[in-house]
Amino acid sequence: MEYAIDIASWLLLIAGGVFVFIGGVGALRMPDFYTRMHAASLTDTLGTILILLGIILQAGLSLAAIKLAAITVFLLLTCPTAAYALANAARLSGLTPERRVSDAEET
Amino acid sequence: MVTLFGVFLLTLLVITAFGIVRAQHLFVAVMLSGIFSLQMAAIFFILDAADVALTEAAVGAGVATVLMLGALALTDDRERGPKRHRWAPIVVVSLTTLMVIYATFDKPRLGDPEAPVHQHVAPWYLEETPRLIDIPNVVTAILASFRGYDTLGELFVIFTAGIGVLFLLANPSKRGALSLLPSAEAEGLRHHLVPRVVGRLLVPFIVLFGLYVQFHGEYGPGGGFQAGALISAGFILYALIEGEGAALRAMSFRLLRGMIAGGALLYVGVGLAGMLLGGNFLDYSVLADNPIAGQHLGIMLVEAGVGLTVTGTLLTVFHAFAAREQRR
Amino acid sequence: MYFAATIAILLTMSLALARALLGPTVFDRVLAVNMFGTKTVLLLSVIAFLYGRPDFLDLALAYALINFIGVLAVLKFVQDYMLRHQDTDL
Repeated sequence: MEYAIDIASWLLLIAGGVFVFIGGVGALRMPDFYTRMHAASLTDTLGTILILLGIILQAGLSLAAIKLAAITVFLLLTCPTAAYALANAARLSGLTPERRVSDAEET
Repeated sequence: MVTLFGVFLLTLLVITAFGIVRAQHLFVAVMLSGIFSLQMAAIFFILDAADVALTEAAVGAGVATVLMLGALALTDDRERGPKRHRWAPIVVVSLTTLMVIYATFDKPRLGDPEAPVHQHVAPWYLEETPRLIDIPNVVTAILASFRGYDTLGELFVIFTAGIGVLFLLANPSKRGALSLLPSAEAEGLRHHLVPRVVGRLLVPFIVLFGLYVQFHGEYGPGGGFQAGALISAGFILYALIEGEGAALRAMSFRLLRGMIAGGALLYVGVGLAGMLLGGNFLDYSVLADNPIAGQHLGIMLVEAGVGLTVTGTLLTVFHAFAAREQRR
Repeated sequence: MYFAATIAILLTMSLALARALLGPTVFDRVLAVNMFGTKTVLLLSVIAFLYGRPDFLDLALAYALINFIGVLAVLKFVQDYMLRHQDTDL
């Protein structure tokens, strides 16, 4: 049983780490603000949840697990809201997404 | 391995510092200094200094960024370029840096048990705290009780800062002047539904968490300074979302001034109560039947005073900046 | 296993810092600061566990709440700035 928890924890932590790193690379390499925002916010939330779940499994049933669950809930609420607010503000300030006409549309 | 993490963060810190210094647009500098505070909080945490990390995170990355943005709204947002190259300051700073680096060669290594600081002072505090004060968090014991006089000084520094801001920036507010403003600035982010809903959901939790940190300061990282920063962050969130008018109706300038003065008065009052009951100034042992209960009572009251003043000051400074810009 | 997660988080922090230093518009920088903030919360949680001190999770919780306020403050002030200076772009 403990073995299963450890393996699940490992998987969650590694998956979370991978997602977080992908988000960072996306934020750096994407061409336009909105695409960067997309990469950063989605992977942020997901990676956070995975990593924190991994740690909760390790914590067992204790006060620490409750605090971690509280952190997870708050981050789950605030990350997407911050992303929405940021994209909204950028749009209202007139920042337009880059549009590339693809070959299919040209013909 | 963990020191490696610390070194990595310190490297990032240096890069951020260069970024801040070289940024011409002040908004960029403010954002980068937010990142700077975050890195400092992480470094303090890695060095096992939890109370300081909590204060840095709450104050530096949260409230200070908001205050600097408020200040930025009142001024130019570009740095006036340097008139000419400044060789003399560069030389002086480089020489001083080299001297300081040379001086660190003699420092004891991090965590060295033979270091002088671990020979006399630290063991005394670690031994006497369970005996004299009996609370688990030694940092709070030192701040609030053993070195309570220094903390009184810190509190008065914050008090003076609040008064200074009030002198310089406070509007001699005619009541209702703010509610006449129909501008978007007075309304905050009220028209944005999603942040408004989530923000209103979060405000009570932030304030509750701030109160938890305040009273839990004796058992874990926490205390008055951190709690004050957190509670004021909660109210700042409310002000950002609902607008200045609503926030000032919730906590008016008069109440904030009362909090600033009340906290400092509470602290000094506890000190004087110690004197009146037969002990020295800020001697908590005489406040209750047995010395340990007296220490607990004294620490709780003193930290409450600190929390009150810090909350009042941070909110006053925020409202002084934010409310002022609406009158332009 | 915590080390692997910590290394991933630290690398992402440096990438976010790079975006903050580079980002042409102000919104890129705000995005980077927000990302850095969530990564800090994660780093604090993971290292609190690494050190075996669960009461340090209070810091991560405090920071998770405060990060949001920073982003909203930036947005409000940018909104006001844009209202006031309709001609400039950032």
